[in-house]
Amino acid sequence: MHQFEVQKMFDMFHVGNHEVAFTTSAMWMVIAGLLLWVFMIGGMKRQLVPGRWQVAVEGFTGFISGMMNANIGPEGRKYTPYVFSLFMFILMLNVIGLMPFGLFGVHPFTVTSHFAITGFLAILSFSIVLIVGFWRHGLHFFSLFVPHGTPWWLLWLIPAIELVSFMVRPFSLALRLFVAMTAGHVLMKVFASFIIDGIAAGPAVGLGVGIPSMALMVGISGLELLVAGIQAYVFALLTSLYLNDAINLH
Amino acid sequence: MPQISQFAESWYAASQIFWVLLTFGFVFLVIGRGMLPKVEATVDARDRKVADDLAAAKAAHSAADQIEESYRQQSDASRAAAQKAVTEAKDKAARDAEKRLAKVESELAEKQSAAEADIAAARTSAMAEIESVATEAASDLVAKLSGVKVAAADAKAAVKAVLHG
Repeated sequence: MHQFEVQKMFDMFHVGNHEVAFTTSAMWMVIAGLLLWVFMIGGMKRQLVPGRWQVAVEGFTGFISGMMNANIGPEGRKYTPYVFSLFMFILMLNVIGLMPFGLFGVHPFTVTSHFAITGFLAILSFSIVLIVGFWRHGLHFFSLFVPHGTPWWLLWLIPAIELVSFMVRPFSLALRLFVAMTAGHVLMKVFASFIIDGIAAGPAVGLGVGIPSMALMVGISGLELLVAGIQAYVFALLTSLYLNDAINLH
Repeated sequence: MPQISQFAESWYAASQIFWVLLTFGFVFLVIGRGMLPKVEATVDARDRKVADDLAAAKAAHSAADQIEESYRQQSDASRAAAQKAVTEAKDKAARDAEKRLAKVESELAEKQSAAEADIAAARTSAMAEIESVATEAASDLVAKLSGVKVAAADAKAAVKAVLHG
């Protein structure tokens, strides 16, 4: 569990009685932001016949704008910058957390395995959905809680259920990412500790336990890379679906 | 679990929120708002260019088809014209040949009839000469053989009777 601990690197300033410090978490977020920036610069050559790098960048932007177009329609274009930033930021943090920086003596850290971060992003998305919904539809936005075709004799129950499911959204959004990242890293940690403990128990046990564990670790590492992409995608996809509710009201 | 237990530390939440706000704000403003629209504009411009080029190619293709069609029509027309000219020339030549042939034939026929007339005249004159010669010869023969002078008219009548049977 030590890998999930945020360490203070240096103090900065105080807000009330809360201290704001530069932490390992902050360092990785800054690195992710800079890497993303460098990555995007490669896509800014604006050539008619793109090079490899430009194709990679355009692949990501096309992926997100295609998703926004499919889920929301032409009006979704306005929100593509937000969803794209969200997707790329989360993806970069997830992938950086999986990189074997430990080999070079750097303490790797997955920013998205912290509920404070995922919760912030989820609340941000949820707030945008609320603001857009009430901005566009006013109080009519509440009709979201009465889906089409609701029988009149269920009108006392359905809105309550819809309200609960609506209010659960930021939590499910935040928890899903946080749990997936944490669980993946814990799983790898468990298998890694199997190898260490097996070797400590003797050569026979070390080989018997170590080799299958190592094989599993390789597979799980690949799986975790997949999960890193999928969780970023799910976060962006759900945000776009919630935005669609706010823009088009079902 | 540090993710939860660290909330107890006074710096944890504030630092996390501050830095995620700062870094995500940077990502949103610089990358999402600044760079993404340019990349999308590039992609849109390319899509538009590809669509325009395809439309232009299609137009050029149909224009080429039209030109080919008109070329084919023209060549068909000129071939038909050439054929017509050839047929006309052939007809004219045939007609001319016929005319000339007819003229030559008529001339030949004229010549032939003239020749025939000459022949007939010659024959009658020859006949007449033969008669006179035969009459003379007969009267001479008669005179030599019998010493009788035969009148020319008698001799002529006798020769005529023998010649014309």
